[in-house]
Amino acid sequence: MATRQTQILGRSVTAPSVLLLLAWSLAPLAATIYFSFTYYNLLNPASGQFVGIDNYSYFLTDPAFLASLKNTLVLVGSVLVITVVLGTLVAVLMNQPVIGLNIVRLMVIAPFFVMPTVSALVWKNLLMHPVSGLFAWIANSLGLHPIDWFANAPMLAVILIVAWQWLPFATLILLTALQSLDGEQLEAAEMDGAGPFSTFFYITLAHLARPITVVILIETIFLLSVFAEIFVTTGGGPGLATTNIAFLIYSQALIQYDVGGASAGGIVAVILANIVATFLVRLVGKNLEA
Amino acid sequence: MARATSRTRIAVSTAAAWIVGLAIFFPILWMVLASFKTELDAFAIPPKFLFFDWTLENYGVVQKRSDYVLHAYNSIVIAGGATLIALLIAIPAAWAMAFAPTKRTRGTLLWMLSTKMMPPVGVLVPMYLFFRDVGLLDTRAGLIGVLCLGNLPIVIWMLFTYFKEVPKDILEAARMDGATLAKELIFVLAPMSVPGIASTLLLNFILAWNEAFWTLNLSSADAAPLTVFIASYSSPEGLFWAKLSAASTLAIAPILVLGWLSQRQLVRGLTFGAVK
Repeated sequence: MATRQTQILGRSVTAPSVLLLLAWSLAPLAATIYFSFTYYNLLNPASGQFVGIDNYSYFLTDPAFLASLKNTLVLVGSVLVITVVLGTLVAVLMNQPVIGLNIVRLMVIAPFFVMPTVSALVWKNLLMHPVSGLFAWIANSLGLHPIDWFANAPMLAVILIVAWQWLPFATLILLTALQSLDGEQLEAAEMDGAGPFSTFFYITLAHLARPITVVILIETIFLLSVFAEIFVTTGGGPGLATTNIAFLIYSQALIQYDVGGASAGGIVAVILANIVATFLVRLVGKNLEA
Repeated sequence: MARATSRTRIAVSTAAAWIVGLAIFFPILWMVLASFKTELDAFAIPPKFLFFDWTLENYGVVQKRSDYVLHAYNSIVIAGGATLIALLIAIPAAWAMAFAPTKRTRGTLLWMLSTKMMPPVGVLVPMYLFFRDVGLLDTRAGLIGVLCLGNLPIVIWMLFTYFKEVPKDILEAARMDGATLAKELIFVLAPMSVPGIASTLLLNFILAWNEAFWTLNLSSADAAPLTVFIASYSSPEGLFWAKLSAASTLAIAPILVLGWLSQRQLVRGLTFGAVK
């Protein structure tokens, strides 16, 4: 244990971080809560009166809310399934003896470092364009009818883009975890006559359970806030087809200037994220003790 | 026999891994190729893979028409400023929590982590109004502040996990030899922490460079970093693919290199030490 003097010193050098984060996490949130109970429209000077829970009942009963809640769940759920399943397979593949693994690894992680606006626009124009995109050409060459992604399957298009961005994250974490898997255990299983499939399911997957949980929780936190990809590709449309909660709140605040309604939505988003965050913090906290 | 099978196995897994790797990397490769095409070639059907008239024209046009350098400068100043300030604030805190932990340290760390989980959209409204009222909209200083605070929890956590790994015995030995706290910091701790601090700097610089919620909402022109600049290509669809590709290639090239250098730290930084 540290001496009294170092403890005082320690506390005083920790204080700036604590105070800044305290201000950052409380002040805007308090303001959001306050706004969420007032009538406040940037276009209407007669704003500011207390309206109780009107904003909440308006936001929660707005059909756009249900649509965007559904879209959020579809987006988060699909990206999670794609990245975890493919991520596990790619990680297992990369854990095999591969010549030039370092280069393969570089190629696999690269999408994670591409800024969201770039990946969204490259996918939208160069790959998914219904006439001149590469996918359309591939479909035509195979004698299929090309898909007009952003008109006919806009949500699927957004899901693919976001999944491409997050696949490297899942792969990298699962690969790191696989590399810590005891080789002897696998050999023992093989000696005992376990086939590749039972080895995979009973040993590899069991070993990956925890890292997969970590991937799911961390990705969920970020995926609940997907914004830029929607902002530059679909603008939430067509209609509400790709509006998630983050985008709905943004458009309510900065397009419709309904500060009160957007604030109520913001609080709903905070509550949703908190449910996930509680699990993650608990998981990390357990690890901190060990 | 065993050697033969393992050779086949290596061949199969190598081929599979390369195919998967190339498939995942392909959109980036395709974009880089497009950046060297004329607009007509970029749009051509059937697509031209390697046999087209390679040109550097797009790179020149991007700079001339849209002042690429200003936005790149903004990205560097904003991401660099936010990361450096966060490091200055976080190093003493992480140091104290790693070397002089108290009963409250664990709770403090977890609370700091939890602040990172607040969805930015939950505080978009007050932040936007605050920025508007104090004249911080579309300023580099404003974005530096927001990105600095947004990444501060990750910076503290990463530094904490690195400092934790500095062997305590060495510090004690230095103390036994009569080193003062200042000397201990400068001659023992600092050199051993440099790699950890460098990794933290690198990963958080990347995160700040790619941040696209606050930058899109709080800047538009003067302070707009590359994320916002690229987003401006979303409206004129069709005819600007080669230029979009050139601008995008310039925007991600430096960060791709940094990212590849910091791939090991990525796991640690983004899982808060939950996966090692």
